Amino acid sequence: MSFWQFLQANWSELLLLVRQHIVLVFVSILVAVIIGVPVGIILTRYRVLRGPVLGIANVMQTIPSLALFGFLIPLPFIGGIGTRTALVALVLYSLLPIIRNTVTGILNVDPNVREAAVAMGMTGGQVLRQVELPLAMGVIVTGIRVATVIAVGVTTIAAAVGAGGLGVYIFRGLRQYDNNLLLAGALSAALLALAADSLLGLVERQFSFETKRSVVARRLALAVAVVLIVGGAVFWLSRSTPSSESRIAVGSKDFTESALLAEIVAQMLEERGVSVERRFELGGNLPHEALVAGTLDLYPEYTGTSFTAILQHAPVTDPRAVYDQVKQEYADRFKVEVSQPLGFENTFAILVRGEDARRLNLKTISNAATEAPRWRAGFGQDFMSRADGYPGFSKTYGLKFAEVREMDLSLTYIALSSRQVDLIAGNSTEGRIPTLDLFQLADDRRYFPPYEAVYLVRQDSLTRVPALQEVLAKLANAISTDEMRRLNYEIDGKKRDPKEVVREWLKGKGF
Amino acid sequence: MIQQMGHEEAQTALVEFHDVTYSLPNTTIISDLNLTVERGETLVLLGESGCGKTTTLKLINRLLTPSSGEVRVEGKSTTAWDAIELRRRIGYVIQEGGLFPHFTIARNVGLVPALSGWDDARTNERVREMLNLVGLDPDRFAERYPRELSGGQRQRVGVARALAADPPLLLLDEPFGALDPLTRASLQREFAELATRLGKTAVLVTHDVREAMILGQRIGLMHKGHLLLLESPERFRASDHPQARAYLETLNVETLNVNGGAS
Repeated sequence: MSFWQFLQANWSELLLLVRQHIVLVFVSILVAVIIGVPVGIILTRYRVLRGPVLGIANVMQTIPSLALFGFLIPLPFIGGIGTRTALVALVLYSLLPIIRNTVTGILNVDPNVREAAVAMGMTGGQVLRQVELPLAMGVIVTGIRVATVIAVGVTTIAAAVGAGGLGVYIFRGLRQYDNNLLLAGALSAALLALAADSLLGLVERQFSFETKRSVVARRLALAVAVVLIVGGAVFWLSRSTPSSESRIAVGSKDFTESALLAEIVAQMLEERGVSVERRFELGGNLPHEALVAGTLDLYPEYTGTSFTAILQHAPVTDPRAVYDQVKQEYADRFKVEVSQPLGFENTFAILVRGEDARRLNLKTISNAATEAPRWRAGFGQDFMSRADGYPGFSKTYGLKFAEVREMDLSLTYIALSSRQVDLIAGNSTEGRIPTLDLFQLADDRRYFPPYEAVYLVRQDSLTRVPALQEVLAKLANAISTDEMRRLNYEIDGKKRDPKEVVREWLKGKGF
Repeated sequence: MIQQMGHEEAQTALVEFHDVTYSLPNTTIISDLNLTVERGETLVLLGESGCGKTTTLKLINRLLTPSSGEVRVEGKSTTAWDAIELRRRIGYVIQEGGLFPHFTIARNVGLVPALSGWDDARTNERVREMLNLVGLDPDRFAERYPRELSGGQRQRVGVARALAADPPLLLLDEPFGALDPLTRASLQREFAELATRLGKTAVLVTHDVREAMILGQRIGLMHKGHLLLLESPERFRASDHPQARAYLETLNVETLNVNGGAS
């Protein structure tokens, strides 16, 4: 698909993301100005405060944005996931340039002019409002301009906490190796930054009193600024925020399959008249934390992940035991219900080329042990490092490869089919397994723990919205591994719209 | 002569310094200054930079307060005055006018009336009157910004601004220092005329003995924080005080150079 075709197909979604992006930047800068300018003014009055306050603001800016988001999530009131957290982080980032420039701007006002103002009989407030602030305005606007451009960039990270914006495309593009998504996200963000910069540059010029300029140009720029501010405010206020008792927040992790499973539940709920808030593509442990905190009602998870990553147990290979223990502990510890398994596992799949499997008559991983010394293996970073990954795997099956290459997981499939490597550890539900003619060797010694797909749902949400029970019951054992591979391929391989893929699938199933 | 002050106070001097000392943590700027400024006179404080003449000026409108002693304006100690009220009764002119670069000329001139709550019509009328008074055509200059004016024009605006609220007292800190000699000479002449015509009391600070001779009814010679002499121009010219002589010599040299043509 060409970039142009991509844009035509995704125009409305892109606009929505741009809009979210602008709103995030606009609101955070507005709040940062409301806080930062008065703080800056106070700092010009109390010299002793200047060092410490500017120091704190400085440190704030050096915290990596993702770390700051992570830090904010567990906090009450300002934390959690979604827009609010993103706004708090963005405001913190924007404060420094605004405070610093307010201080610099005011302190740089010609002392003769300030003295004249005092000598004319102006009160402290009059000196500030009529002389210091107007003369410092150019420098202050420069600070706002810098903060805005930074905020446009940092806002792309906000997608990681479910606040939306152009980061959604950028993260998705990175994951799916989709240059169209990346380009659309990054290019739009860059254009936004440029637009904000030149626009505020215009405003800034209006406050330079040393050069001549026409009154008309000044009025025009002022009018543009007013229109933008009012427009932005209307934009913000017009955001529909429906809230109702039967509203369900559905989350997902930041990969295609998780988003797809979440979309299935979302559409089924909407079909039953439940209003759904989609909080998809949340990074790291966010979905779990959000679920426990009550910001999310439900998200798709894998039993093995819950068992090892959340509950911190050592890997166990019996699927039933893992499922039962996860169900029990989630109910006790988090008041969270675990649904019936959906019918497929997303575990490590040891893959070889289909032709090799047929030629050498390979069925199981044990079969491959004799071939291994002549083979090169390609594994993702994750597989190389985790507890249930490569070290135990090679030991269990006595595998010794000619060479082991650590590479990006998503690239291993292509590396395998193009004969760069001969064996990889992929995902069992990867859509490209059938299309690249790859063959999954059976885990005959049961090394890999079970990763059965389930939905995790809050108990209070189940009682609040009865339709949830019905939907989850219908989805029990409803998706086979082959079906999941096909669905993944529709989205990752054919680049189709997930909503449409899900709609089709639901129709086919008769749900 | 227009007498601005209430006549019941006409006898008291407008400004009085009583044993005033002003010092910073490490240095004394002014020591034991005693001085009175009579109503209607123009008193010039003459001295090189750092002699304390500008500090003396700032003690009058309470930009500074004495470390010891007392400065009285209209018979009342500056520390007893409400600072804002005191300053609005005193016109202040500094080098280059100290105009606000973001205000139009009209707004600069109308500043103190506007601060004092005059209505727009009255303020506007006053602004035009003041601009005319200092020789600037209101129609041409009112809506311009200070940067669009020459140094001499800005200085005129500075004087107009100081006069706008009709204050009984004017303080001028080297008002004509940054101007070229010809502009300076004509502004000095016009100011002398204006001060006499309006009957304003003025305290002017300068390091230019010629300016002091032209404008001052009395000249106070300051040196290292002390007032050495306080005399009329005639008696100042005849003084045999070494500092005064040093200044007068420079005057003679200049006079010689222009073939004795100066006044």
